Amino acid sequence: MTEHEQYADDLALYALNALTGEDRSRVEAHLSTCAACRLELEHLRGDAALLALSASGPRPPQRARQRLLNALTAEVKIQPAHTSVTSHRSWWGVLGWAAAAAVLVFALSLWRENLALQGMLASAGSRAAEDARELDQLRKIAAPIIEPESQRITLVAMKTPPQPQGKAFYLRGRGSLVFLASNLPPLPPQKAYELWLIPPNGAPIPAGVFKPDAHGSASVVNPPLPVGAEAKAFAITVENESGSAAPTSPIMMMGAGE
Amino acid sequence: MSSPQTQGLPADLALVTGLKAGDQGAMAQLYDRYSSVVYAVALRVLGDTGAAEDVLQEVFLQLWRKPGAFDAARGSLASWLAVITRNRAIDLLRRRRPETDIEEVVVSAAPDLAAEADRSRAAEKVRVVLGGMAAEQRAALEMAYWQGMSHTEIAGKTGQPLGTVKTRIRNGLIALRKAFQT
Repeated sequence: MTEHEQYADDLALYALNALTGEDRSRVEAHLSTCAACRLELEHLRGDAALLALSASGPRPPQRARQRLLNALTAEVKIQPAHTSVTSHRSWWGVLGWAAAAAVLVFALSLWRENLALQGMLASAGSRAAEDARELDQLRKIAAPIIEPESQRITLVAMKTPPQPQGKAFYLRGRGSLVFLASNLPPLPPQKAYELWLIPPNGAPIPAGVFKPDAHGSASVVNPPLPVGAEAKAFAITVENESGSAAPTSPIMMMGAGE
Repeated sequence: MSSPQTQGLPADLALVTGLKAGDQGAMAQLYDRYSSVVYAVALRVLGDTGAAEDVLQEVFLQLWRKPGAFDAARGSLASWLAVITRNRAIDLLRRRRPETDIEEVVVSAAPDLAAEADRSRAAEKVRVVLGGMAAEQRAALEMAYWQGMSHTEIAGKTGQPLGTVKTRIRNGLIALRKAFQT
């Protein structure tokens, strides 16, 4: 019996996560040194995936989709970008100073984890193709802020101090929405803010679940929205952190189009 | 080769690349494409719609958080999702902590399973292979796969020798592989 044959049966069990204790440790030690067995393990997992396909049943309920999309919005993430002022001067030129500042503040808030503004403005050269792709992404994000037909809505607190404020930029034709908020009060445990698009008729449409940072700032970028949904106003309520399909608490902030 | 259902639609790899850029639309498309697979696997293991919904949510959130964990060069996204869904559901069923990080799960699979029609044909093929197995082999394979039973537990339940149970499980998986190589 070759060394590989010795492990063959255990590899199948390992692929099913059915191996425990010393047997599991022994197989893992062998896998760390044997490329052939690692490849065979990948194949066995593929075989097991085929077995999974024999499962059939009802489709997941519609609420599961909304629940996931709400959760994604709460985890908004954008990859770091590297772009060049000189190579894209014409695009920046169309921005007014105020809009440009808003875009920069917005980009910083999104990429604060791993983006230095200096790097964003300076890096270019051989990365032109990647820059162009990333600029296109930034342009899409910024569209609701810079497009003339974009609705500009200011949301203010139903009750005054400490003056929480939200700004929603909504481009109905593209279904693009950017929402920025500041001075939001801290949330109770297991709770999150939920943004709602209020149409002229019908029920409020979920437009993203979010939590503010330690400074009370938050953003929602391009949440999933029905194409062409008309917005009479935007509002915020406090919901469970997984999000709600309909508001379950009083409106905390609200604003109509300017 | 793209199948009829996926013609004109973004390939899995393009959508997974979109996830890396935080594209929620790409996530919605992947969900629409594969949620039925993930939910069916979780429901088959757990037998509870609420628990299956939780696994569905968890699996897609893991994909959202770690899209780089899926290696498109090695296999299909459908297969990868099926494997991590089944593993997570079994962890819940057996009330144990997740044993494997999704980034360590590499799945190699040949069939193109992006389209629902392809998956239906593959599922039918799997059922034919399972139907052709000896009852003892099929039982051992299904107890290990759908109930997460160890070979020791299966041997204890069926009265079969440990080595026999192990070999039946492996041969069962290999039989599935061969059916898709012809």
